[in-house]
Amino acid sequence: MNWRRAGIAAVLVIPVVFVFSRGMKTDPREIPSPLPGNPAPGFALAVFAPGQPPLERPIGDTVRLADLKGRVVVLNFWASWCLACRDEHQGLSAVARDYTGKPVQFVGSLYQDTPGNGTAWIAEMGGQSYPSVNDPKALTAIDYGLYGVPETFFIAQDGKIARKITGPAPPAVVKHIIDSLLTTASP
Amino acid sequence: MSRSARVIVGLLALTLVRTPARGQTPGADTAIRLRTPADSALEARTSAVASQLRCPVCQGLSIQDSPSELAQSMRSLVRDQLAEGKSPDQVKAYFVSKYGEWILLSPPPHGFNLLAYAVPVLIVLGGGALIALAVRRWTAGSEVPS
Repeated sequence: MNWRRAGIAAVLVIPVVFVFSRGMKTDPREIPSPLPGNPAPGFALAVFAPGQPPLERPIGDTVRLADLKGRVVVLNFWASWCLACRDEHQGLSAVARDYTGKPVQFVGSLYQDTPGNGTAWIAEMGGQSYPSVNDPKALTAIDYGLYGVPETFFIAQDGKIARKITGPAPPAVVKHIIDSLLTTASP
Repeated sequence: MSRSARVIVGLLALTLVRTPARGQTPGADTAIRLRTPADSALEARTSAVASQLRCPVCQGLSIQDSPSELAQSMRSLVRDQLAEGKSPDQVKAYFVSKYGEWILLSPPPHGFNLLAYAVPVLIVLGGGALIALAVRRWTAGSEVPS
């Protein structure tokens, strides 16, 4: 065996294998978020879609994250032009209703869209149990490191971002995360 | 003032009207305002920072080059933060705190990222060494024995 050639081949191949093996473990489409574990960026956004009783908030009312401390906040970014948002809409709406009376607040945040389109979309989808707010310059979306919709953030009762779901949020997963946050917070 | 003088003054004023900055919705800024050297400097600094930030919804484009709405909003935020007195590094640090180092088009040279800087240099050096070795062999083989 030509040990010299084998050595040169090893020196060339091993780094390539190392780089590829590292790359294979990650999803190139997934952008790692540095936010989970950190305090959630504050926001104060106006309601454009009130939601339904008993979770409704008046149109024009300002939803402030600072006022929701002590509650688990489920912040869902969506848009009327987003097809994947259709997949999760009914499930999220039903889960929000299931947690009525518990320290859980669902908030929808409209992304790169107009309140008129958003309201029409909600009507077309058969309503939404929780209120949606408008984020006109996408400043809150950028504050949450958003790169597409739908994205759902779970803010724990201590005000820190606990989890983030990219893409349609399955109701069972949403429930599981909320339950685990409520359990963690209870003494 | 004569009529022709008024026309000239009017035309001069029109050329000084600020054109809407990139990233703004057409028609959103309808106020007529003179473009000052400070505006131009801010635009230049905004472009410099925006060119270093990756557009999250594009393939390999900076937020300076991307026409997407999100990139426009991000560029507008860069401008606002610079206008507030933040340094370019502070603005970039804000975006890194939200999106991670992924948002920087040029990865910072530390840790695993060093490979991106070191590998091209190593390849060039290695290739040069191989060529030198090959040339030495060829020239050695072509020597006519005396």
